[in-house]
Amino acid sequence: MDASPNVDYSKPVDLFSQQARNRRRSAWLIAGFILFFAWLGFGGDYILYLSTQGGEPEEYKHVIPWLGIVLTLVGAGMAIHAWRSGASDVLKSTGARQIFTPKGEVEQQYVNVVEEMAIASGITCPGIWIVDDPDPNAFATGRDPENAHIAVTEGLLLSIDRSELQAVVAHEMGHIKNLDVRLMTLLAALVGTIVLLSDVLWRVVFRSGMKAGGRSRKKDNNPLIIVLLVVWLISWLLAPIIVRLIALSLSREREYLADAMSAQFTRNPLALASALEKIEHAAEPTRQIKRGTAHLCIADPLGRRINEKETWLAARFATHPPMAIRVARLKAMGYRSLKATG
Amino acid sequence: MGTILLLVLLAVLVFWGVAAYNGLIALKNQVENAWKQIDVQLKRRHDLIPNLVNTVKGAMNFERQTLEAVVEARNKAIAVESSGASVRATAEAETQLTGALHRLLAVVEAYPQLKATGNIGQLQEELTTTENKIAFARQLYNDVAAQYNTKQKQIPTVFVAGFAGAAPVELWEITDEAERAVPKVELG
Repeated sequence: MDASPNVDYSKPVDLFSQQARNRRRSAWLIAGFILFFAWLGFGGDYILYLSTQGGEPEEYKHVIPWLGIVLTLVGAGMAIHAWRSGASDVLKSTGARQIFTPKGEVEQQYVNVVEEMAIASGITCPGIWIVDDPDPNAFATGRDPENAHIAVTEGLLLSIDRSELQAVVAHEMGHIKNLDVRLMTLLAALVGTIVLLSDVLWRVVFRSGMKAGGRSRKKDNNPLIIVLLVVWLISWLLAPIIVRLIALSLSREREYLADAMSAQFTRNPLALASALEKIEHAAEPTRQIKRGTAHLCIADPLGRRINEKETWLAARFATHPPMAIRVARLKAMGYRSLKATG
Repeated sequence: MGTILLLVLLAVLVFWGVAAYNGLIALKNQVENAWKQIDVQLKRRHDLIPNLVNTVKGAMNFERQTLEAVVEARNKAIAVESSGASVRATAEAETQLTGALHRLLAVVEAYPQLKATGNIGQLQEELTTTENKIAFARQLYNDVAAQYNTKQKQIPTVFVAGFAGAAPVELWEITDEAERAVPKVELG
């Protein structure tokens, strides 16, 4: 189907500003991550400094902010790790296997389709992976178009036809081309670390804090220390919630954008619409894909009901826009171009 | 004061000129790359055809014309391209070949017993993907070429177009209705 006057596919989605936005947001994400660790470290140091001040001269004085130095270095180290091997961590966590020499017709067709869509989108062919899971789903990960990977589940390959597979792969190519993958992969890696760390440390701090609090109350009641301690503990508590909210708000609108890019690459929005409907009807959760990587997928792997609502609350907590609206938009696009070509 | 203003204005102008120039050159390179991609895929198709014909020949000794048309169109396309033809001439020759291949594909589709024999299914996928790759390479080329052509005519980029050596490029248009038409299958 050729470009029609009403749907001008040759005018790309504003790619440059989208790429620039993703680059900027990725940089902010890394900076924010390291700053958060610095705050946890140096904030803790300051609290320790204040609370060890004014005791007996032979008592321990917390003067060197070793906690801050260590935690900032740890944060920077983890950010570097996320940047360098975030994609392979994501792939590893889903248990995907890379396809080098395709076995059988299904895999061959999948490899061919990825090659075709790489040509259509004008990027180098990404790594091709399969997740052995019966629920249909797909995701892309990577740092930039030269270091990117596409993965689909076995269930997707078996449940949709060739043109629908093209549309789904094109959607993922859209994420790769406009650098969504960089931001989303970093987010997956960093969210994972923060959630894990805060889980562990919160427990430790909570327990030792109870004991220490019980002891220190007798000695000093400097209100500054107490306020700082509360803020410090709350930032531990809220960190995982905040990063999750960031992940959610970043991933929703870009699904619409990737849908539009898929239509631009395949010139066939109706194929993506029917693929999405098929994915939606197989509403079983994708077991191989964990919560931390949910925002990377084409459809919510957890099958949460909240994604189907367009209310304020849903708009804050859903990773994906409602499937019905996505399908409706694609169909509108498809019928417009059908009408124009007659 | 006046000189400073003038210098600032000049700096802005130079800055903008460089940006516009670079943008045009980047687009020009994209057009060239897209054309190379088409070239690669066309060569791939030309190399694939002898293999394809040999495989199908044994399985279908009927439908000779369809096969011969493919071979003929392929040889013609190679002849046209090796003489360094324009985009238009290449497009015409390749469109003929595309039409012939689509008819072959339709024939394979129409005979279920054909699909059952040996590696026809595999071959069918091979043919489909080659055709798709050419179509998508062409689509990409047309998209970036159209952008390039528009950009160099637009104000204010038009002022640096001559400087960047930008000239309109030919699009790969479908000149033959054969490609749009539904292939006719002769049964019997």
